[in-house]
Amino acid sequence: MIQISIRKLYKIFGADPQSALRHIMDGMSKADLLKLNGHVLGLRDINIDMREGEITVIMGLSGSGKSTLIRHLNRLIEPTSGEIHVDGEDVLAYDESRLRDLRRQVMSMVFQKFALLPHRTVAENAGTTLEVRGVTKREYLAEADRWLNRVGLHGYANHYPHQLSGGMQQRVGIARALTSNSPIMLMDEAFSALDPLIRTDMQDLLLELQTELHKTIVFITHDLDEALKLADHLVILKDGGIVQQGDPQNILLNPGDRYIEDFVSDINRARVLRVRSIMVPLDGRSLPTDADGKADHDDTLESMIARSGGDTSHRYIVMKDNAPVGTLDMKDLVKALVPRMASAGEDSRGAGSVRKEL
Amino acid sequence: MATYDFLFDTLGLRAWCDGGKTSTAPSSMAELLAATGTQKQTSLLDLPFPSLNELNKACKAFVQSRDVTNGVEDGFIAIKGVLRFVLDPLTQPLSWMLNGTLAAFEAIPWFLLLPALALLTYFASKSIRLVGFVIICLLLLSVVDLYGHAMQTLAIIFVCAFLCVLFGVPIGISMSRSDRLQGAITPILDMLQTLPPFVYLIPLIFLFSVTEPKLYGIAIILYAIVPVIRLTNLGIRLVDKDVIEAAESFGMTDRQKLFGVQIPLALPNIMAGVNQTIMMSLAMVVIASLVSAPGLGVLVLRGIRNLELGVGLLSGLGIVLLAIMLDRVTKAALNRVNAAQKR
Repeated sequence: MIQISIRKLYKIFGADPQSALRHIMDGMSKADLLKLNGHVLGLRDINIDMREGEITVIMGLSGSGKSTLIRHLNRLIEPTSGEIHVDGEDVLAYDESRLRDLRRQVMSMVFQKFALLPHRTVAENAGTTLEVRGVTKREYLAEADRWLNRVGLHGYANHYPHQLSGGMQQRVGIARALTSNSPIMLMDEAFSALDPLIRTDMQDLLLELQTELHKTIVFITHDLDEALKLADHLVILKDGGIVQQGDPQNILLNPGDRYIEDFVSDINRARVLRVRSIMVPLDGRSLPTDADGKADHDDTLESMIARSGGDTSHRYIVMKDNAPVGTLDMKDLVKALVPRMASAGEDSRGAGSVRKEL
Repeated sequence: MATYDFLFDTLGLRAWCDGGKTSTAPSSMAELLAATGTQKQTSLLDLPFPSLNELNKACKAFVQSRDVTNGVEDGFIAIKGVLRFVLDPLTQPLSWMLNGTLAAFEAIPWFLLLPALALLTYFASKSIRLVGFVIICLLLLSVVDLYGHAMQTLAIIFVCAFLCVLFGVPIGISMSRSDRLQGAITPILDMLQTLPPFVYLIPLIFLFSVTEPKLYGIAIILYAIVPVIRLTNLGIRLVDKDVIEAAESFGMTDRQKLFGVQIPLALPNIMAGVNQTIMMSLAMVVIASLVSAPGLGVLVLRGIRNLELGVGLLSGLGIVLLAIMLDRVTKAALNRVNAAQKR
């Protein structure tokens, strides 16, 4: 079920966005608009559907508009034109008090630089989302304690933020967002300020919480590995526009254009791609009798290479929930390890070729 | 023949000049000289600036500069009655507060007042060392018979600083929310800070009787209120934008944001403003004594008038001692506030 729906969203920064919008609609590029009247194109024609209970990852390089986009969802930034529907209602038509309710009860946000209140304890910070609603101190501290324990900060309730490390402060930020029990969580590069090991821990924590809570999470990042690990639905932005969106495995296997190819060229495909993306569905055929074993549909290609010992003649039956759904040929697997070229006929492209400046 | 005659002749304004009213001022030196016919030779290097006086020499229709100053005075005297009518009741509470506090500080015996002040110091700073320092300073002042005057000065400072903070912080908060308001108030603050206090004592003496405490109360408040307004405005504007964004994203109302986030985070700057306000109030003590304020300033003035070096220096040092005491105590209170907020 679609919980958030963004339609034809445009954002232009400047003194007269509406007239600049007309230029953009006529097809002017971001660079030309900047030269013409100094207006900056933030977002161009964004159309995204985010399903309930899924993690939607919006990724792109700096300046691609991802932070701008997420701030439109709770109207920290107002759009120049377009529609945003949450649970079927047009958020842009909300008056001040309904918008406040949206921010208090429907959405919660986690920030890159934590944004904790330094003059309050950890527990008081975590309880802020309930405090703004008027909940009594005893109640919101109790709820905050519960979530602080859940994110692994048991015993730190009466510490102050400056006494905690970066990773722990971000856990407080996450606990704060969870305390509001809102169905939608917005995370703006929440793990980008953390070191790599802590970042992996936090990603695992998020996935673990998601299996319990099934929130609709909108996650911004510029890190492709993080995006591929977390995303149920992946949106790639460039210069304010969407380049490709969809299932992350599909984007890897079928990159839409040269930009995406370059983007995904460096990742460890064996570790990221899953058997389900490579397998040949059964489609009513009978099971092969010469299979070398069974594979789970969610297994990584890396684990299958290890299992087969590198033997490309092997074939496996793919199982999902104890039922066979397809077959996996190791030859197909090996072919999938090489990035597919969106543009055919360019044999000279390989690992040693010069990368385009993005 | 005046230097700028040619200007009016060429512009064809000669008729207007001579037909207009003549200046009511007495004849100037130049006019007398001109009447006797002795005109000194002027060269280009002597060309005077076309000021009102110079133009008046050439054209009687222009007012002289002294007419401007007389006009200001006449204008002020004209509205004085109305201003008094409006301002007197508004400022009467200030007189009551000053009189009341002075009476209280004089009525409470020293063996109760000094411990009370020590207790207040402890409450503000939680530092035994500072309490000891304050007690020693107060004892020093009392030993040389400056106790009475020092307490009077303290009473005045307490009242004026309290009122400065009471009015200054809300003004600072309003300024921080509106760039236009900031643009309008900043010139007034600049004026209050740089205009010599003697200068705005003059209209105040016109408006209020010299025997009333509110005269020096207003003078001190006008002088000392500027730092707390500026620093409150600055402190709130400097609050981390990320934290403000987070507060908005949780659905805080403007009021919740102000009291829950902006003021607590601006508190170090506001406290610095309060500290400076108290210091500047003390700086005004001597001038306030010129217009009947009691306290150490009276002794300093006595020292100046009668050339009594010892009296003047000693009471001046007494003022310095009070200043150091108040500065240390407010700084200690400030540090306690800061400690809870180290990032």
